Amino acid sequence: MMRFLLLFSRQGKLRLQKWFTPIPEREKKKIIREMTTMVLARQPRSCNFLHWKDLKIIYKRYASLYFCLAIENHENELLALEVIHRYVELLDKYFGNVCELDIIFNFEKAYFILDEFLLGGEIQETSKQIVNRCIESSDMLQERW
Amino acid sequence: MSDVVEKTLTALPSLLSLDSQPGSAKLSSTSKLGNLIRGITELTSKHEEEKLIQCELSSIKEQVSSPNTTMMKELMVRTIYCEMLGYEASFSYIHAIKLAQQGSVLEKRVGYLAVSLFLNESHELLLLLVNTVLKDLQSTNLIEVCMALTVVSQMFPKDMIPAILPLVEEKLNHPKEIIRRKAVLALYKFYLIAPNQVQHIHNKFRKALCDKDPGVMTASLHIYLQMIQENPEGYKDLTASFVTILKQVVGGKLPMDFNYHSVPAPWLQIQLLRILSLLGKNDQSTSEIMHEVLDESLRRAEMNHNITYAILYECVKCVYTIHPKSELLEKAAKCIGNFVLSPKINLKYLGLKALTYVVQQDPKLALQHQMTIIECLDHPDLIIKRETLELLFRITNAQNVTVIVEKMLEFLRISKDDHTTIDLVGKVAELAEKYPSNHYTYAPDNEWFIETMNTVFSVGGDMMQPDIPNSFLKLLSEGFDSVEEDRKLRLFAVNSYISLLRGEPGKLPQRFLQVISWVLGEYSHLRADLEPALVLRLLAKLLDMKNCSSETKSWVLTAMTKLCEGGSGVSVAQQVSETYGSSLDTVLRQRAQELQHLSQDSELRARVLPRGAGLDRSLTYCHNLVQVDSSLSFLDGFVSEALAAGAAPYKPPHQRQEELAGTKALSLEPYGLSLPISMSSCITDRQSPTLLSMSSGLSATLKLDGVKRVWGREGYLSQKEPVEEPAQVEVPSPLRSPSQQGEADSFHSQTPSLTPTPESDQEKQQLASSLFVGLGSQSSVCLMGKSEPTTQRFRRKAKGHSTASSTSEQVSNSVISPPSTVDNLLCNNLLDSNITSELAVSSPQLTSRLSQGLAATNGTCDTDTELPESDRKESKPAVIRDSYVVAADPAPHEDPDRPKDLALSSHLPAELSELSHSEITHLCTNQNLELSVCHVQKEDSLLLIVFISNSSDSAVQQILVCLFSGVLFGEEAFTCWCDVVGIVSLLISRVCCRPLTVSTEEYGTMWLAFSHDTKQNLTLISDGQEPLTATLNVLKRRLQLHVVEIIGMEGIVACRLLQDQPCLMHCRVHAGTLAVWLRSPIPDLPDCLIYHCQRALQGH
Repeated sequence: MMRFLLLFSRQGKLRLQKWFTPIPEREKKKIIREMTTMVLARQPRSCNFLHWKDLKIIYKRYASLYFCLAIENHENELLALEVIHRYVELLDKYFGNVCELDIIFNFEKAYFILDEFLLGGEIQETSKQIVNRCIESSDMLQERW
Repeated sequence: MSDVVEKTLTALPSLLSLDSQPGSAKLSSTSKLGNLIRGITELTSKHEEEKLIQCELSSIKEQVSSPNTTMMKELMVRTIYCEMLGYEASFSYIHAIKLAQQGSVLEKRVGYLAVSLFLNESHELLLLLVNTVLKDLQSTNLIEVCMALTVVSQMFPKDMIPAILPLVEEKLNHPKEIIRRKAVLALYKFYLIAPNQVQHIHNKFRKALCDKDPGVMTASLHIYLQMIQENPEGYKDLTASFVTILKQVVGGKLPMDFNYHSVPAPWLQIQLLRILSLLGKNDQSTSEIMHEVLDESLRRAEMNHNITYAILYECVKCVYTIHPKSELLEKAAKCIGNFVLSPKINLKYLGLKALTYVVQQDPKLALQHQMTIIECLDHPDLIIKRETLELLFRITNAQNVTVIVEKMLEFLRISKDDHTTIDLVGKVAELAEKYPSNHYTYAPDNEWFIETMNTVFSVGGDMMQPDIPNSFLKLLSEGFDSVEEDRKLRLFAVNSYISLLRGEPGKLPQRFLQVISWVLGEYSHLRADLEPALVLRLLAKLLDMKNCSSETKSWVLTAMTKLCEGGSGVSVAQQVSETYGSSLDTVLRQRAQELQHLSQDSELRARVLPRGAGLDRSLTYCHNLVQVDSSLSFLDGFVSEALAAGAAPYKPPHQRQEELAGTKALSLEPYGLSLPISMSSCITDRQSPTLLSMSSGLSATLKLDGVKRVWGREGYLSQKEPVEEPAQVEVPSPLRSPSQQGEADSFHSQTPSLTPTPESDQEKQQLASSLFVGLGSQSSVCLMGKSEPTTQRFRRKAKGHSTASSTSEQVSNSVISPPSTVDNLLCNNLLDSNITSELAVSSPQLTSRLSQGLAATNGTCDTDTELPESDRKESKPAVIRDSYVVAADPAPHEDPDRPKDLALSSHLPAELSELSHSEITHLCTNQNLELSVCHVQKEDSLLLIVFISNSSDSAVQQILVCLFSGVLFGEEAFTCWCDVVGIVSLLISRVCCRPLTVSTEEYGTMWLAFSHDTKQNLTLISDGQEPLTATLNVLKRRLQLHVVEIIGMEGIVACRLLQDQPCLMHCRVHAGTLAVWLRSPIPDLPDCLIYHCQRALQGH
């Protein structure tokens, strides 16, 4: 099960946060701080996996944005890396050549996509088409209203 | 007006962009959010940002609370943004809920999103959302249903699940697959947080598994994975289905949609592989079903993309988890090889992880990749290094332990992460303790051991697991095989610590200081040239350190107490005790007092802290002498005085609670119908307080069933071995050295072949040979049945008796908490320890038992008799009602073969020989002594006669017999004693009761006079006769009760213990059970008796 997903910039600014288990606010802030310092300190071309407490942190950098996913110890690290990648693909498909600014200014859309892709810390739908169709249909509906 | 215009203007660009590019939302440059974001990026300081956001939030706050805001969605998005930046906006939470409730679909979506981001499961406002969710679940609009299901799967108050469960369940049959999928996920979430509530829909999960839509089926696998993890046995029948699904997926039968980088549904595959490995674990027949598809998966997954590696990794794990098949293992091993050798660092990491996973079964694999492993050990990325150490930890054996530990310590010194430090320190300590000396080279490795542990203590500091110092001290005090080795080890420790203290002790962690002070207190006398006064001064220096915690101080003071002798030593001790004698910390003050008194009275000190015993003999004895009297018998005088003065007797908390509950639940019926207490529950109920208050005092071998009380009217009842208390039994972790693995015996015959490498790699080669030594050839040796050389040294000492293990527990206890030992010793009169130790020479097993009995000696209700040379003494403690005669017969028992009963009964005292005595029960024997017991019923007492015969040739000079027992039946303590010695328990109870012959009228008067009563339902016995009569007859026969009268469905029974200790029983057949009501003037008697009644009926 995934525990949380954080998106932050190279400057350590948080762009998106999703917590799959209930965590107190104070703790969240601490985790965000720790994650950003830990991940940003990593050398390029080093391993994408980190140990943190009893969790594994899987991170990947796309342009100026870091995606950081925490999974439980027994989970498959490579698969988690691909979860991040699939999410980026979904964003890319939705925004069309996605960049950090898209996510900054339309973060709620990024959340909607994430909610269609992951649910309660598990993969909900792996088909790119289905996720996109789902988002689009909601978008279309809101226009008609 | 301007508001409207502004709104239109802001909405326009986004609408335009939406139109031109449907499905995508380009940023709206003029939106308020846009302005906010831009505003923030232009700021230079955190302070400015704070100001801006506060200003923004207050403006939002103002707008959301105005009744006719039309921009709620936009406001909410801005609030989410502010929260993400870390500013609290709790005022908006309620508006988010309102938006989800009342808004249009467009607003609803944002409202739900805001709710899911702002609140969590336990937030109280979430209750307000329940109705909204209910309404939306019933909506005809699919989008609304989807939104409701999404929010439910993310967060929902546990208590409200029943309210929406039927609706969610209903959605499992929805025509739209997306709804079905979300419903399954919502149920999965419910299963996680409240498994009981979804139990009834398990069969619907099966339907979801068979759903025609792959998405729904995938979603249902989450639930199955969870359920199979909890109970693999229950789902074996599904194995074939899972295999079929996997076959179809691997064969590419799913729609192209589900492909990811042209790999068919990787997430689904991995999920299935996990389920299969759970199902196939330790199950050959189930494993066989999946062999084919695993083979197919391994074959299909080509090494080209991360996602295939992920699948392969899962496949490999599965192959090594299920029942092995050599072909598959071979292929999996090849896969691991590819991983490890890959230049991609992520794959290398995974390869190491896989190796760690399989290396126990297949140590050869580690050998194959030894050079890669060595390279990984020097990898610049700490993560890789750490994972390699994990692997090395698994392959440690006696030959490579030094090198591996060195590598681990190296890592520890550079690691900054607390979590890693704690973990690694534990592993190093484990290894060091496992291989404290090198059995192959027989090198003097004490140095290595102590130094390794020093590093562990200084690096691990106060973060490490507390059991590390504990087991280290235990190891040190228990010693190993040879006395000389032990002495050397301890001496080395002392030397090392002295030099540490001379250095900069201020830098050492508290735990380490505690260890140091204990060791110095115990063993610094081993170094002849060391003045105790010097050690004292070093220790006293610790006390003055600023960062020295009071816990450490008390360890230091205890150590000083052990050392204070001689002129200058005493003066240091006096000085210190003066300083701390007035400390605010009561513990410290007590230690200081002890120090003061013991430093002045060297004779007392020698008795309280016997040192000599630890010198030439193993420490176990020393600690046997040092017994803890947790029965607090020294308080007996005080207690009896207080009782005599009219104080209320002590009631243990559980009894008080029971009484309290009793008064609360006043039942008007004489026999509670509402209390159908089953026999078993009743018994556990009775045991529980005892077990609880004994605080895990009983070792696992000691199963006492019986009314066992820790506290009686007179105070603490003597218990068996109260010193055994903390559960310090260090079970060595089941870390198996690879040589113990029997799986792959075919590999062991192969000798490791090193690939020739250029000379520059010479160093690495060397390292490799030292790291991987003993992995290949040695294993085969072990398989052939040679003794395992890596056994922990201190384990070897165990004598294989329960006594041995319990004494070692004691040692650990006294090691770990020196303060408590001293405490009790100060007050406890150590009975003649010489006797015990003398006896110990001839019969260690029995003696340790006896000496433990000694510890449990309890002045209230036991008898201890000292018998010099066939002299007998009877003693009757004043407090107890029952009295015992303890008779011991040290007369040599010459012929072990002749009927013992006869032989022993001839030794019965003359005044007893006329009375009928019970069968003489043989309790235990060792080569020197035999113990037997029988009892004689006298009118006013029950005599328990213990025969001790000397079966050896040598004369026994003195025997110390110590009998401890409970109040009433004398059973509990006795049982426990016998139990410990390994003898079937004696049912003394049967002989304790005597019939009490009274008439019905007398019974009536007595009944009214008695105050203590108990009610209980018992099972009826019916063997042909009328049930009441049958049951009472059984009781009469077994417990020697007197049946006064039986009238219809009721019967009255009477019995007594001794004179003036009657107990009356009133029985009535009610609803198939026997409702009994006991009354007695003795407080505990009814409880006791009812218990024995239960036992009697149960045994019937």
